[in-house]
Amino acid sequence: MNRNVLSRRVLAGVALVATIALAGCGGNDDNSGDTGTDAGSGSNEYANLSGELKGGGASFPNAFYTEAIAEFKGVASKLTVTYNSVGSGQGKKDFGANLTDFAGTDSTVKDTDGVAAGSYLYVPTVAAPITVSYNLNGVDKLQLSPDTLAKIFQAQITTWNDAAIAADNPGVTLPSTKITVAHRSDGSGTTNNFTKYLKAAAPSTWKLDSGDTVNWPASTQGAEKNTGVAQLIKSSDGGIGYVDFSDAKESGLKFAAIKNKDGQFVAASLDGATAALEGATIKDDLTYDPLNAAGATTYPITAPTYILVRTKYDDAAKKDLVKGFVTYILNEGQTLAPEVDYAPLPDALKTKALAQLDKIQ
Amino acid sequence: MILALAAGLLVLAVLALILITTSREAWPAFTHMGLNFITERTWDPPAEVFGALAFIYGTALVSLIALIFAVPVSIGIALFLTELAPRRLRGPAITVIDLLAAVPSVVFGLWGVLVVAPKLVPVYRWFHDVLGGIPVIGSVFAEPVGSGRSFMTAGLIVAIMIVPIITSISREVFSTVPRADKDAALALGATKWEMIKGAVFPHSFGGIVGAVILGLGRAMGETIAITLVIGGSTQITPNVFASGNAMPSVIVSQIGESTGTFTAALIGLGVVLFAMTVLINTLAQAIVRRAEARMRGATS
Repeated sequence: MNRNVLSRRVLAGVALVATIALAGCGGNDDNSGDTGTDAGSGSNEYANLSGELKGGGASFPNAFYTEAIAEFKGVASKLTVTYNSVGSGQGKKDFGANLTDFAGTDSTVKDTDGVAAGSYLYVPTVAAPITVSYNLNGVDKLQLSPDTLAKIFQAQITTWNDAAIAADNPGVTLPSTKITVAHRSDGSGTTNNFTKYLKAAAPSTWKLDSGDTVNWPASTQGAEKNTGVAQLIKSSDGGIGYVDFSDAKESGLKFAAIKNKDGQFVAASLDGATAALEGATIKDDLTYDPLNAAGATTYPITAPTYILVRTKYDDAAKKDLVKGFVTYILNEGQTLAPEVDYAPLPDALKTKALAQLDKIQ
Repeated sequence: MILALAAGLLVLAVLALILITTSREAWPAFTHMGLNFITERTWDPPAEVFGALAFIYGTALVSLIALIFAVPVSIGIALFLTELAPRRLRGPAITVIDLLAAVPSVVFGLWGVLVVAPKLVPVYRWFHDVLGGIPVIGSVFAEPVGSGRSFMTAGLIVAIMIVPIITSISREVFSTVPRADKDAALALGATKWEMIKGAVFPHSFGGIVGAVILGLGRAMGETIAITLVIGGSTQITPNVFASGNAMPSVIVSQIGESTGTFTAALIGLGVVLFAMTVLINTLAQAIVRRAEARMRGATS
């Protein structure tokens, strides 16, 4: 994935030079990232912003934020935005302690997270599918229902030719290879979302609850980060694990189609993720749960991510900077998302998110 | 004199402060779990069950495997360098071994996970096929995991990492054996090996134990290399070819996304690790003192 991001950074650099060249030619509002749905969202809107913004948190959307920040530099050259992917938990702690101006988080704020209730607002930014990647010699297409998936990850199913897997895959010859389950050994929002999905979609089968770290069965194996899990799956024949979309793609892993709420088997894709967002119920605070959402084309294991902003910034200038940056993420940023394997927000949710920004004082 | 005393006291004060602050941070977990913290084998953060036993076991097993491989090799190398090697070979050999100590542990870890672990799987299979059927021993060499990430791989990688430490200290210790002792043994008609056994080993016993303890300290605290190759499972099994986890690895991989009691429990693992190293050091000192007293008795 790093290589991917790097090459994209180079591309972004080229695009930036091109933008500057265009601006030099007199075309002032020609911003390639502009969706044009919002009036006056040209580069001029951001050009007056100057200062420094510090953010940190979830690593899951890091590739997207990095890309967006690099592009944002092209339209708001006087504003420096930094984002440290320290994990959702640490991000919330730092935000609560006033060390950062905004935080990235995959999970909602809990009482123990160190952020005072009522002091923050959620702004949904993008979403991404979590793939169920596997490595099984001779099997290129695999379908799994939530119950089978739960049994595999609880080590109740231990070989690939198990009747439950066969029932999900009519006509496919499955080998008797032993299943090696790979999970994250570090605490992770991806684990949290994956286990939350299993809890929601296979409530009678899944017994391990949900969380950033759960009590995985003894025979399963852990690895660090998405890339580590991907590497572990690749190195074991019969391996299966959950990996975020961009890392799974980058590692060349095959991923299983998962049976969604409407009974359709859908493979992980950005369209499937956006469909999940459309099927999810949005709460008043703009948090939503796209896991196991309804819809025929929905990919059911889709994870949301948010930026936390303060309801009130003591420094009025800071407020404008935060608003400017997050507005950019929600407008121009959305068209960058698919390039780095994230799903943009549906228009309805995007409009709500922009309205949320007006609540900042 | 006063300066030396102050330096000594400072070290003690720092140690005490580390112990006090970490214990205080870990207190919520200790009160939550009680003694079960070190006797419970389940580690289930969502359910707030924090039992460190599986990780204590992992740390102990990996360190044991590392010592089993590293100690004979290191002492052998040290003996070779001080007693047997031609002078010309000595310098370069010492440089190479010291270089081994300079390799960052993450490099060992990456080499372990990308190269060593997959390559060792057939070797583990062979051991399993040959020894797996024997009672008791068979359970130690049970079915290896497909990725090769196991207690054994972690132990072997750590063994390579602690060889330079044990070797260089043992070498220093062997070189302090008085020429007269060695010549006396040889004059009595002892072979080289008898001379080593009779003159070099008794004289250096305390030093060797010290070297081993330093190596053990490194093995128990080793974090990133073990994290990469141990496989990240929470289990207690006699099977050395199975995946497990060790205390430092758990701390470093899970603390980022932890809150509340969970964080306290992870810091608690650090306290347990700290206590274990102090305990082992104290024990080793006692062994050295007794052994040296016995040897003095025997020689006089």
